[in-house]
Amino acid sequence: MDAERPGTDLVRVRTGMYHDSVSLMRVSRAAAGLPGVEVAVVAMATGLNLGIAAGLGFALPAAGPADLLVALRAADADAAERAAAEVDGLLAGLAAARVAGPAGAAEPPRTVRAAVRAAGGAATLALVSVPGRYAFAEAMDAVEAGLSVMVFSDDVPVEREVLLKRRAAEHGVLVMGPDCGTAVVGGTGLGFANVLRPGPVGIVAASGTGAQQVACLLDLAGAGVGHILGVGGRDLSAEVGGLSTLRALDALDADPATELIVLVSKPPDPRVADAVRKAADRLATPVVTAFLGRASGRGPGDLTSAAEDVLRALGAEVPGWPSWSAAGPRVPGPGRAADSGPAPDHAAGDGGDRAAAGRARRLHGIYAGGTLCAEAALVAGTGDFTDYGDDAYTRGRAHPMIDPAFRLEALAAVPPGDAVLLDVVLGHGADPDPAGRLAPAVAAAVARGVPVTVALVGSSGDPQGLAAQAGALCAAGADVFVSNALAARHAAGLTGGPR
Amino acid sequence: MSLPLLSGEPHVITAGAAVLGEALDAQAVPRTAVDWRPPLPGTEDDLARVLADPRRAAANARAVDRLTSARPLLTGVRPAREVLDLPPGTFLHAGPPIGWERASGPMRGALVGAVLLEGLAGDAAGAQELLAAGRVRLEPCHRHRAVGPMAGVVSPSMWMFEVRDAEHGGIAHCSLNEGLGKVLRYGAYGPEVIGRLRWMGEVLGPALAAALELTGPLDLRSLIAQALQMGDELHNRNRAATSLLIRELAPALVEAAGRHAAEVLRFAGGNDHFFLNAGMAACKVSADAARDVPGSTLVVAMARNGTDFGVQVSGLGDRWFTGPAGVPDGLYLGAYGPADANPDIGDSTITETAGLGGFAMAAAPAIVRFVGGDVADATAATRSMYEITLAEHPAYRIPGLGFRGTPVGVDVTLVARTGLLPTVNTGIAGRVAGTGQVGAGLVSPPAAAFTAALAALAREAPIG
Repeated sequence: MDAERPGTDLVRVRTGMYHDSVSLMRVSRAAAGLPGVEVAVVAMATGLNLGIAAGLGFALPAAGPADLLVALRAADADAAERAAAEVDGLLAGLAAARVAGPAGAAEPPRTVRAAVRAAGGAATLALVSVPGRYAFAEAMDAVEAGLSVMVFSDDVPVEREVLLKRRAAEHGVLVMGPDCGTAVVGGTGLGFANVLRPGPVGIVAASGTGAQQVACLLDLAGAGVGHILGVGGRDLSAEVGGLSTLRALDALDADPATELIVLVSKPPDPRVADAVRKAADRLATPVVTAFLGRASGRGPGDLTSAAEDVLRALGAEVPGWPSWSAAGPRVPGPGRAADSGPAPDHAAGDGGDRAAAGRARRLHGIYAGGTLCAEAALVAGTGDFTDYGDDAYTRGRAHPMIDPAFRLEALAAVPPGDAVLLDVVLGHGADPDPAGRLAPAVAAAVARGVPVTVALVGSSGDPQGLAAQAGALCAAGADVFVSNALAARHAAGLTGGPR
Repeated sequence: MSLPLLSGEPHVITAGAAVLGEALDAQAVPRTAVDWRPPLPGTEDDLARVLADPRRAAANARAVDRLTSARPLLTGVRPAREVLDLPPGTFLHAGPPIGWERASGPMRGALVGAVLLEGLAGDAAGAQELLAAGRVRLEPCHRHRAVGPMAGVVSPSMWMFEVRDAEHGGIAHCSLNEGLGKVLRYGAYGPEVIGRLRWMGEVLGPALAAALELTGPLDLRSLIAQALQMGDELHNRNRAATSLLIRELAPALVEAAGRHAAEVLRFAGGNDHFFLNAGMAACKVSADAARDVPGSTLVVAMARNGTDFGVQVSGLGDRWFTGPAGVPDGLYLGAYGPADANPDIGDSTITETAGLGGFAMAAAPAIVRFVGGDVADATAATRSMYEITLAEHPAYRIPGLGFRGTPVGVDVTLVARTGLLPTVNTGIAGRVAGTGQVGAGLVSPPAAAFTAALAALAREAPIG
């Protein structure tokens, strides 16, 4: 649209080629980093992605969701062609990896139904993460084959969720999801899952990051978790009626290795909550319910207090939760040393040291985890909280735990004098080095006078390394807490908000 | 309720984001990855409606069981006027319904030939006039429990194979095969074509009928199963099946046909496709056994009239869902080339409907070059059809795939989900009326026929 615009546009449509959005974002990122390349969009030609490319000024041919779009803007035609060839190579690499498959099979199955047959009776579970409007078919294949299924996909219509769960009941299997981000089944982490020491606790979670917070705190306190059965964020709504929650409670009750059940959820529908409580009371296994914001016992109704309730029920000691405060005085300006993190500081929880430096005007909660976001908003009692893992932000693109782009933009937009609270979630499925990706933006924020507090949800066994991630964030100038509630209280203290 | 997944060794089916599968690989958890792609454009809501139909799973299990448990027996050979309820002045044709106006060259040629055979006109011009005036009523073979290869034109004096299903009691018919080259089914209607058809009515039909009286019913299920193991796929290669059929019939023919025995045997033995029509009737009677199961998404007929490709679905009665017939991709006889080819034509796709033909390509390495490609392509073609079918045939097995049953029972929902269309082997008719066969090859059906059927299933699925 701008004749003066420098550079050369190259747009190609590959018909009949499909790769998932995360794989394609990796290709886009690699292409954008090539010499002479200014903009790179490598994506399925969905309406959303076509809109993005058109908004970037590319002239686009007709294409549909089954076509793959390559749109490159480079310094000159040579650079564009070189980049296009590089993209072709990367796409061929994806295709080769897919065709080879994990077992080296020549022709990979095209549906869950065919995959069940190809697995020859060995399959125990299906993990479905295709775009939400297509997820029903794949999940139904699993249920009809007598397999439990985790539906990671979001954006699945609620009536299809209900149907799927009713059909699952007929087949004696469990539907985890839709929009189930986290599950651990017999030590296997599915979706976003932390590496947990095995043990007697079974978690039923209508909230993925809520379960991760509870499980990681238990793990850090030395208590083991055998299973996390996610049920999807809508399971305890009036429409769905807790179909999967009731089923998961029964299953954990029947599991001889599970001695204590924890039920984690955002505030459920009251009638469904009653039904679930009644069902929980009938179980032989004790159940601790953690409905966020509804204190069931003495705790303030946050996830940390729920984890502490669990520890007490197990007869275990409640430890002081680790935190790390940024080293040195908080002075605006570049050049902070970033080579090593400080040792855990068990006293950083009160936030009092910041108050002396002048109060922040406003608190911005920039979250990847929905329940963590809700919990932080509840605990902080002040500020603007955004859940970048919400459907509205993830339609047609990757979850912020995988791709931090949206959150980096939001962080960069916070004006000097305001404060930031954000979550970093570790574990399988998550970004392999989230602290590394966030650190420059955190350092920049701190440098322009924006204090940053991080809730770091991870276990000691997570592949990213809890201490290393904490160290990197701390070195960038953030205060880091393993408890989201403590982080929120600390950040609220910076603004002089409640607590 | 206990869940086995809480205690067993995990093995995960993964469909979707590669990063989630890689996280399992990092934990050394065995998995089977789905090579997932979006469904055919615009089908996702119809798919959800149809997949949610509570009748579907049981309906499909029942329908495909009826298809694969059928026991077709060759029980007789009789004139069409005796066995088909043909109203006077009615001819049958291949594929979904079509009139003279939209009929292609070979369809018109075959109809002209049939008019001449029946003596309704003195010459081709007169026959065309009669047909253009609508004086002959045209109906699909499928409507009359019959099938016909290529143009599939059946007129009252033609003789038909009669096949009965000993399991479910159905009956189906197919005309007798005329051989290759200039033949009526490819749209030729010259004097040699009409002369051969008269001989078939006067000599071949009665001789075969008499021989079958002596042998009693022949088990076509068993014969097809043997032929598959001898390198036939039963659509474009019927050499083994023809030989087996002649072996069964020859002694009885000698006894029953007297002085005509030698010419009948010479005619049948000189035509590698002699069995095709009996096989098509066997497939038809099997597919018909699967009809009319409410809620079933199983395809019970795929057929072409030279203009449209149509499908019928078990749960949707006798409605046709059509799209434009494609031009086959293949090899050509003599100097013919793609410009001479007519769009896809014939009821012989009943073989693919019943799990043979293109679906059984892996059984027929001898003809893979003829239909394009090499043995690996044939194996891949058969393997890919397991993606869109409901079952593996219990009797029709492929030695080269470890005696795995052929993929059988096309499911409309699986076609829409995978975008994989049935692989069809076929002959190629000349586009100009009167030409005859110009080649043979592979053809893809139009996706629109399947998506239209899916939309109808969605409209009729119970809500909730």
